[in-house]
Amino acid sequence: MDTYSIFREFADSWGLLGMFLFFIGAVLMLFRPGAKALHKDAANIPFNEKPCRDDFTGSAQIAEDIK
Amino acid sequence: MDILKLTILAFITVFAAMATNLGHDWPYSVHAFIIMLCAAYVFIRTLRQVGEPIPTLAAGYQDDVVRAGVIATAFWGIVGFLVGVYIAFQLAFPALNLDLSYTTFGRLRPLHTSAVIFAFCGNALIATSFYIVQRTSAVRLWGGNLCWFVFWGYQLFIVLAATGYLLGATQSKEYAEPEWYVDIWLTIVWVAYLLVFMGTIIRRKEPHIYVANWFFLAFIVTVAMLHIVNNLSMPVSIFGSKSVQLFSGVQDALTQWWYGHNAVGFFLTAGFLGMMYYFVPKQANKPVFSYKLSIIHFWSLIFLYIWAGPHHLHYTALPDWAQTLGMVFSIMLWMPSWGGMINGLMTLNGAWDKLRTDPVLKMMVISLAFYGMSTFEGPVMSIKVVNSLSHYTDWTIGHVHSGALGWNGMITFAALYYLTPRLWGRAKLYSISMVNWHFWLATIGIIFYAASMWVTGIMEGLMWREVDAQGFLVNSFADTVSAKFPMYVVRGLGGILYLAGAVIMCVNLWLTATGAGERKYNTADAVPAE
Repeated sequence: MDTYSIFREFADSWGLLGMFLFFIGAVLMLFRPGAKALHKDAANIPFNEKPCRDDFTGSAQIAEDIK
Repeated sequence: MDILKLTILAFITVFAAMATNLGHDWPYSVHAFIIMLCAAYVFIRTLRQVGEPIPTLAAGYQDDVVRAGVIATAFWGIVGFLVGVYIAFQLAFPALNLDLSYTTFGRLRPLHTSAVIFAFCGNALIATSFYIVQRTSAVRLWGGNLCWFVFWGYQLFIVLAATGYLLGATQSKEYAEPEWYVDIWLTIVWVAYLLVFMGTIIRRKEPHIYVANWFFLAFIVTVAMLHIVNNLSMPVSIFGSKSVQLFSGVQDALTQWWYGHNAVGFFLTAGFLGMMYYFVPKQANKPVFSYKLSIIHFWSLIFLYIWAGPHHLHYTALPDWAQTLGMVFSIMLWMPSWGGMINGLMTLNGAWDKLRTDPVLKMMVISLAFYGMSTFEGPVMSIKVVNSLSHYTDWTIGHVHSGALGWNGMITFAALYYLTPRLWGRAKLYSISMVNWHFWLATIGIIFYAASMWVTGIMEGLMWREVDAQGFLVNSFADTVSAKFPMYVVRGLGGILYLAGAVIMCVNLWLTATGAGERKYNTADAVPAE
């Protein structure tokens, strides 16, 4: 089989199923018990008026992060 | 480290100087010269700092780059709108082409589209994403000065693209006109952008990643993928701007519109939704209507948008099944789009009275209204039967502009009005009535634009397909062109109103930033609310 047909067959079957299940899973995840409190927290992130909580020390920090 | 940097810069400078001399075509030589100047400038600047103690970074958020981004957004906005108004009148009055190759419609049109999409909207996206990701992660931008590389690198990309169009360099792909070396440069800048954004999220002090950052991240990652795949090409020579595309024929067309439509979907939608999910709650001072809905909005938008591209190729050589697939996914897209619009609008639930006093919030609401309108119009136009009338007509242009001027433009203006007083430490905007003027000029401008394009688009679509009793076409192409003249003038006037509003905004923002008319204000107490 040529590459096109192989890809096409995969896309029509397992690929489609996999993506569909991932999507349904992501939506169902939202309605799991206990999610409500998390979402309330998350929705309020823009209102947690806080200063930069960073202990950033310039290039030494960057060097460390790259490592 | 400095030695390595200097060596690379020196190499680029020398190579660009050689390329200027050896360039096979004029645009390439000009670009090589621009690159040589930039590299030499950075080389000298780096050289002068060798051995100097590294200045410690100021505490707090990295807002300098956001300030620069706000200025760049306003500047490119004016440039893009001005060119747009000019080419709108070129269509009505062809004499405005001036008989110069540099100022023909064919060269100015990509200049306009790139200036508004990539320069105006792109700078707005970079600036707001840097602002939002810091506030919602409670950390500075990762990577120190890497964010400055992203900012200036992106401006260089814009300058190379714009000068290239005027000089006639194009690879003839809509919204992806720049030639291969400009594409490579944008890829480097974009990877740096991804690193800064991801690094900041990874080091966040908040347990959650706020939904606005999901949208920004999807926008950055997807645009990287689209840009690379659509620009796969082999340069003819390293000293020339021409390149040969890897795909050809219908594959190339599909790749192009897979890119083109997702540039709308991820650049102009996902990224701007990130702005919407932060600025609308902040300005209304209420958390988003439903966080669950915002996440459903995210996943369904991501999963559906990527398939919608083929609707640009109805009734072409593209296989029928692919055309139908594109149409079906475009229609399904209506749902997440309206879910997002409702989520944004309902955030104002209980705060609708603020619309009476706050024109910035009013701008956000009208941008959401236009988002809803154009994401309804889009699916309708993607239906094959409708498309057979609308395609290749001005209806498409009207649709694009109701989305771009209404949704992208208005939410960007609102974001600039939100950011400027906070970034420059001012208590409030210089003038609220100027914001009102801007609001009404822009809104009426868009209505002129969209209405005239509906009329002219449907008219020319009907004229093209009109046949007489013998089955002969009734109208020649030139007949449609002359019939469209009045609508073209109305469209140009709409553009002038929109441009006038943007000029008023720039004056207002300038006076706000410089603190004109402000009584003695103690900046020590004026640290922005966050």
